[in-house]
Amino acid sequence: MNPMEVIRTAIFALRGNWLRSALTSLGVIIGIAAVIVMVSVGQGTQAEIDKLVSGLGSNRLDISPGSGRGFGGVRIGSGSNFTLTDEDAEAIREEIPEVQTIAASLRGNTQLVYAENNWAGSWQGVQPDWFEIDGWTLASGEGFEPGDYGGGAKEVILGEAVRRELFGDEDALGQTVRLGRVPFTVVGTLAPKGQGGFGQDQDDLVVVPLETARRRLMGSMGLPPGAVMQISLGVANAEDLAYVQGEIEALLRQRHRLQPGAEDDFRVRNIAEIVATRTQTTRLMSLLLGAVAGISLIVGGIGIMNIMLVSVTERIREIGLRMAVGAGPRDIRAQFLAEALLISLIGGVVGIALGMVGAVLVGKLGALPVALNGKVIGLAAGFSIATGLFFGYYPARKASLLDPIEALRQQ
Amino acid sequence: MSAVSPRAAVIETRGLRKVYSPGSEAEVVALHDVDLRIAAGEFVAIMGPSGSGKSTLMNLLGCLDTPTAGTYLCDGIDIGALDAEARAVLRRDKIGFVFQGFNLLPRMDALENVAMPMGYANVPAAERRERAREALAAVGLENRGHHRPSELSGGQQQRVAIARALINRPPVLLADEPTGALDSKTGEEILELFKRLQREGHTVVLITHDPDVAHHCDRIFVMRDGELHEDAAHRPGGTP
Repeated sequence: MNPMEVIRTAIFALRGNWLRSALTSLGVIIGIAAVIVMVSVGQGTQAEIDKLVSGLGSNRLDISPGSGRGFGGVRIGSGSNFTLTDEDAEAIREEIPEVQTIAASLRGNTQLVYAENNWAGSWQGVQPDWFEIDGWTLASGEGFEPGDYGGGAKEVILGEAVRRELFGDEDALGQTVRLGRVPFTVVGTLAPKGQGGFGQDQDDLVVVPLETARRRLMGSMGLPPGAVMQISLGVANAEDLAYVQGEIEALLRQRHRLQPGAEDDFRVRNIAEIVATRTQTTRLMSLLLGAVAGISLIVGGIGIMNIMLVSVTERIREIGLRMAVGAGPRDIRAQFLAEALLISLIGGVVGIALGMVGAVLVGKLGALPVALNGKVIGLAAGFSIATGLFFGYYPARKASLLDPIEALRQQ
Repeated sequence: MSAVSPRAAVIETRGLRKVYSPGSEAEVVALHDVDLRIAAGEFVAIMGPSGSGKSTLMNLLGCLDTPTAGTYLCDGIDIGALDAEARAVLRRDKIGFVFQGFNLLPRMDALENVAMPMGYANVPAAERRERAREALAAVGLENRGHHRPSELSGGQQQRVAIARALINRPPVLLADEPTGALDSKTGEEILELFKRLQREGHTVVLITHDPDVAHHCDRIFVMRDGELHEDAAHRPGGTP
């Protein structure tokens, strides 16, 4: 029997029991739609993380003050004491040649005021390399002059969110903004980076020179001289990260005069590593989602198998007759396999359409990152065919092995 | 026409034997060394009470089963060596089946039922329709092509089944109790149709338990306890 004939016969058989065929397809439709939605969400989340990684840079280390011990051995949280100084940063720059860029910084929150607008924002007091390490570029203005960093110049660069809140459509450059009580001159605005990988608005900040922050914004906090809250650095080659991390730890222990066996009073973090952990978590989640979708597809496949077995039993006499008039086992097998395949293919096509709509809806209503692409759809189409073949084979084989004499005798 | 036909045999068995469950306690010898020769163009009846082995013989002659021993040449081809796939091809090309219960597919109309076997013979779709129409016309049902089996009388259904059996132009027509489900008048009409087919050159083998039906044939074989004997009293030229 030629393939066209097989397909025609299969369509004829399915039409004869169209409600049953449609309900069987529904199992596959749900399975395929689930696969598409789940995989799209998984891929979307992964893409989001990839974006985060590329935003952070993969060859970056961050040093923050460690959790120190207060009186009586009570541990106080990380960053709550000031064990790092800008001299530490300077020492690292000089002693470890692999370190390409380095910037110490301070940060805090303050009320920002311009004319009658005000906004609660956070500020960063930084050294020159910070812009490169953190991946910022200026959207307008000249930024800080080299001399501004040492002199405590009252100049500020605005993040896009702050600029929008305070100035709207107005030009911010050259205007005066108060941070708390201190007036600053706006010397630049940052190009927007958008939402960060952890969901925060990265553009909601203002940047001032480190020395300025220390004198004008942190003054009341009684910092030790030269203290900083974070040192960020960039390494030329990502392969050197582990080595550089070790060097820094050794250098800082020496500088901080820590005895062997004493705990570090600082912490070096490799953000790329943290992100890698997150990637793994996401991958696991995608796998679980995919497994759930796969299970529903298996259930759909079992539905096909079930119905095909019923169909074979119901049509034993027809099978016997077809064999008598010249259908070989191969023809019979092809016919039933084609029926199963057709059910799953129709299920696949409708399921893909439904899954695409579903993925878009999940993205819109659930505010989840969704990546819908040809790979997902190809995967789903492949799955639907595989389901039909896998679950249709056994009933088809069973039909093909029937003895025509027995089959014809069946009432 | 004589018993020793000069024409080539379409069915020839030598020492044909069929044993069910051989070697076990339930062993049944259904056929005992059956020798049978049917020449092209003959109209032959195989008679016998139920349990005599005539169904077994028919299944073997129809290439639905394989013998335990002996040879069966179907139109010159030894079926003993064939697998299920090859036997299907042989049935398609050599045998037209007519059943007691017609065995039409209920969801297909008469034309589709008649055309169905051609799907396995790879007849081009365009030719199929034409041939099915001709076959229906040959059994006198040219106006019933689009009727489903449920809309046809028993006699009409059997005519559709005969048209289907003839559609791949097999040399042998194998009819198993073809009148068994019909009233006697309709049965007569079907037997007349077989006779006409014989005159047109077909070989017809009719399996029946009914002597009245068998007497329409040229030769009668009788099965009894797995053995086949020709009924000498019923010979062409002899007195029926």
